Amino acid sequence: MNLVIDIALTHIRSRMRQTLVGLLGVATGVGFSVMMASLMEGSQQDFIDRLVDSLPHISVSDERREPPVQPAERTYDAVRILSLSTEKERAGIKNPFAIIAALEGWLPGSVAPSVQSKAIIRYAGRDTAATVIGIDPKREVKVSQLPTQVTQGSLDALYKASNAVILGDGLASRIGARVGNTLTITTSGARPLFAQVVGLFHAGVRQIDDNQVYTLVKTAQILEQQIGLVNELRIRVDDAMAARDVASRIERQTGYKAVSWQEAHEDLLSAFQIRNAIMIMVVGAILLVASFGTFNIVSTITHEKARDIAIMKSLGLREATVRRIFVLEATIIGALGMVVGWVFGFLLCVMLGQIEFKTGFTDATRLPLLYSPWHYAIAGAAALGSSVIAGFFPARKAARVHPVEIIRGAS
Amino acid sequence: MSAAPAEPAVLLEAIHATRVLPGVVPVTLVEDITLKVHPGEFVAITGPSGSGKSSLMYLLGLLDVPTSGAIEIGGVDTTHIDEDARAAIRLGSLGFVFQFHFLLPEFSAVDNVMLPMRALGAMPIARCRERAEMLLSQLGLEPHMAKRPDQLSGGQRQRVAIARAMANHPPVILADEPTGNLDTASSQQVLSILRGLVDEHDHSVVVVTHDMELAARADRRIHIVDGRIASDASNRREAPAV
Repeated sequence: MNLVIDIALTHIRSRMRQTLVGLLGVATGVGFSVMMASLMEGSQQDFIDRLVDSLPHISVSDERREPPVQPAERTYDAVRILSLSTEKERAGIKNPFAIIAALEGWLPGSVAPSVQSKAIIRYAGRDTAATVIGIDPKREVKVSQLPTQVTQGSLDALYKASNAVILGDGLASRIGARVGNTLTITTSGARPLFAQVVGLFHAGVRQIDDNQVYTLVKTAQILEQQIGLVNELRIRVDDAMAARDVASRIERQTGYKAVSWQEAHEDLLSAFQIRNAIMIMVVGAILLVASFGTFNIVSTITHEKARDIAIMKSLGLREATVRRIFVLEATIIGALGMVVGWVFGFLLCVMLGQIEFKTGFTDATRLPLLYSPWHYAIAGAAALGSSVIAGFFPARKAARVHPVEIIRGAS
Repeated sequence: MSAAPAEPAVLLEAIHATRVLPGVVPVTLVEDITLKVHPGEFVAITGPSGSGKSSLMYLLGLLDVPTSGAIEIGGVDTTHIDEDARAAIRLGSLGFVFQFHFLLPEFSAVDNVMLPMRALGAMPIARCRERAEMLLSQLGLEPHMAKRPDQLSGGQRQRVAIARAMANHPPVILADEPTGNLDTASSQQVLSILRGLVDEHDHSVVVVTHDMELAARADRRIHIVDGRIASDASNRREAPAV
């Protein structure tokens, strides 16, 4: 065995208690870093997955990014126009099925038309505001997870009764409605519509479960008093992460506002970025503390070994050789700590994964964890790197020891 | 015309070597020392405490650098070479024995003796072990090869230290008070070994000592007072002319 490795291993073996303390320091740092990263990224991924699953990836509405240019503005360029009636556009997307056909020509995913309507739901004397979404169940299957979220009844049941609706379970429990009950839906200007509850769904996101009602497109068109109306195209793309690019292309092509799920939840995603920055700082702090432990231990060893260093140097070992011995000791402590920390971190994650946990907004029954080899690689590399750096400074100091000073002192 | 007698080879030479410790009040450890050590010579450096004996040995052993003057090993001036080059000379050309054995406490006797050989890297590890065991056997330590320093007596430790000094077969072995910590029996043993290094193993030995008996068995005695050579005399009795 190489002399440097032999001496380093002998030092480590002969100071088992100190080695163990250093190793456990690094292992704890790595373990908790892995756990933190797994937990933070897991909860973030879980939340995004829920958002992505429960909503269309892209929503094309009958709005435009910029207010429409009025005919007078087009005719008289750069003239301020006062007291002219604005051109009124008919609500809804123009030629929706032509647009759907055009989009289906290139779009990597599926498109479904829908009609959104704000309404008051009344049942047993209780009123609640809700968003009624008219869908085509056959197409809806391709753009959302709604069919899998139906907990009572089925999506096809919408065809089996006139004015049939499927309620979010939160909304249903708020007004006390059950499958088979008839409730009243009222929109502004329209006559109240009697609708039969044919199913309940549970998306797992409270905002959706408490506020959304699904019905057929034609029923929603009746509520909006506009036959043929389609005011939203719901799109699901094969790669959810590409939704932003696809949305901007749709917007350029159709002129209608296309909002990707990322844009719709930009505030939330920004919050995740801040959360990730906090996570990196916390993990960095944990690893820094662990590296101080290694520094302390290597410093102690070099201090205790000052006489041995003097002997080795007097025998003719070079400074670089002595430095390598102590850097290697720190590296070995770091590497062992890293491996133990990986196991510790994995076990922590497994244990945390067993804990039942519930929030008011989602119904996750277990703590969501993301197992990624990157967490282990980054925490391990950081621990190893900090151990090497922590070992380098005392090692350099040790290598610079003047043997005569120690030998004189000992004599 | 008769040829001038050839100057004997010089292994180690101090040329007007002076060492001053800097400070508010500079302290002169050794001053203007000039001496030569030849092959097969046993030199004792004696003097009262604080006279600069050990400081001279550190200079001769390249553990310290003279403030002025020079130290030459095998004719090479070592004053202006870097620390790594000095370390390389120490490893290959000099052996050290200190008053305290200065063995690595976690290593066995044989591992301690192997250390300079492994650091030099001239032999495979198995050969290093063979030679270390051979040296320890020569010094009567065969039963103690696997023992750590704390399992050995003072005399045994010092013999291990001598074996370590011999490991790379350096031309010169420097010993600083090698019997200073030993009882009489062990001192006698060490003394005989050092004498044997010169007579049987072709080493030159420079020993710093207070031990008058040890000094008396050297070939040459250099007496230091206040950092200067007070006397440099041969102990050998010239054979009477026939």
